[in-house]
Formats: sequence, C-alpha cells, structure tokens
Amino acid sequence: MSDIQVGTEIPALELPPISRFTLALYAGASGDHNPIHIDSDFARNAGMPDVFAHGMLSMAYLGRMLTNWQPQATLRKFSNRFAAITQLQDVITCSGKIVELVEQDGETLARCEIQAAKADGVQTLIGEALVAI
Amino acid sequence: MLDRNLIGHEFPSFTADVEKGRLKFFAKAIGETSPVYTDEAAAREAGYRALPAPPTFTMVLDMEGPEFLPFLDLLDMDIARILHGSQSFEYFEPICAGDRITVTGRIADMFEKKGGALEFVVMEYTYMNQEGVLVAKASNTLVHRNG
Repeated sequence: MSDIQVGTEIPALELPPISRFTLALYAGASGDHNPIHIDSDFARNAGMPDVFAHGMLSMAYLGRMLTNWQPQATLRKFSNRFAAITQLQDVITCSGKIVELVEQDGETLARCEIQAAKADGVQTLIGEALVAI
Repeated sequence: MLDRNLIGHEFPSFTADVEKGRLKFFAKAIGETSPVYTDEAAAREAGYRALPAPPTFTMVLDMEGPEFLPFLDLLDMDIARILHGSQSFEYFEPICAGDRITVTGRIADMFEKKGGALEFVVMEYTYMNQEGVLVAKASNTLVHRNG
C-alpha cells in the first residue's frame, strides 16, 4: 500500500439526492423510527421545515466511503460530530484524507480526517477514522 | 432540566440477533454496492465467516431492545426535541450474520450549554458476542432543545 501516506485522499463518494423514500427505507432498515425523519406533520409541529435525514444515514455513507477504500477489518475507530442538518434533496459527498500516521498497540494507523458536505460546501458531518495499514 | 442524578445509570442488557436479511435490508437502505455486504460468497472470499455488519450497524442493535430509546422516558425527554450531536465507534472484532450480541447501554454524562437552552446526554454502549468477546464500543451525544 505505497499510496498510503500523509496527504493521501480517500476516494470520494457522492450520493444521490436525499428523498423521502431514502428516509423511509433507512427508518425501516435501521430501526430508527423517530417520526421526525418520516412524518412531515410531526416534523412541522416540532418546528422543523419538513422531515430531515437521520444523522446516522450520512454516517453510514461515510462508512461506505471508508470500507470502499480499505477493508472494514482494518477500521479501528470511527467518529464524527453532526454539524448541520441534512435536508430533503441535499446532495451529500463524503471525502477524507490521511493527516497523520501513528503507532499504536504495535500497528501503524492512518489517522484520517473525514467529512460529509452538501453541494454548497456546508459540512454536515466532521469526523475522524483510524485505519490500520 | 434533565435529572443529573441519573448520570451513571445503566440500562438492563439485552440480546439482539444479527440477522442476514436485516443486514441486506440495511445495505440496501444505505446504497451499499460492495457485494461483501450482500453476497455470502463474496463475504467469505473477503475473509468473513458470514455477511459482515457495516461500521454503523451496532446502532441498529441499540434499537432492538425492549424499549425504543429507553433514555427518553427515564429522562422525560421529548423525541421531537432531540438531535444527534456526535457519534463514535471503536472496533475490536467483526460482527457477522448469525451473531448474538449483548448490548449494554449507560448514561455516561450530562451537561448543558447556552444557559440550559441545550442539554446534552452522553450514552455509552458495549457489544459482547455469543462467545463473550467484546466486539465493539460506541458512544453518542444527544442534544435536547429546551424552550
């Protein structure tokens, strides 16, 4: 893996626009039935403009980006904060890069900065992954 | 204000089955295209004993308990007022279809910002497989919007 060094970019993952269908499917598959993601009336009563995406859906997209890049068995840690709400029709792109190589418990780990962002550049998820190399 | 005396509260552990069909449904919902997550032969070729659970799947197991988001009732939180603030996972061993995972959750911390307008609950989870091996840990912060 000679292409694993500080500065190496993780191949980006661009997702289709978030639709109500996407959210309904994710609610069913994940077991997260919070109505704020699938019931427009409920969301409006809660003061939101409409239903919005589960944060964990975008985190799952980040996970896809990571496991497309390196086998999942090499993933040691994966974390992010949710910086902005993902709305219907947003087009999310996941990206990341290696920022440091660290030695830990006898193995070399690539510390990667990762993010999900909307088409206008607003970051929705900002996080970090540690991947054994 | 949320009851800070509940910091340290541990919820009863429960066991959740990692079902093959559920993994395929989850893979579909997140748009996964790698056959490792949907095709058993591809999974075995990649070194897994069965379909592997993707990195965020332990969150799905959290929802398999007897009560949906049990901290909501305990802390008297309104589901319409919570947002997910942050999430982290630590991985030790793969979780695969056919595993039985024991999930244990606890309230690790609570704090507030903006003069109490926002309250934060930090939950921590451990995941033990049917062989008693700690396979993963997770932690998340939930934000409760007051007023």
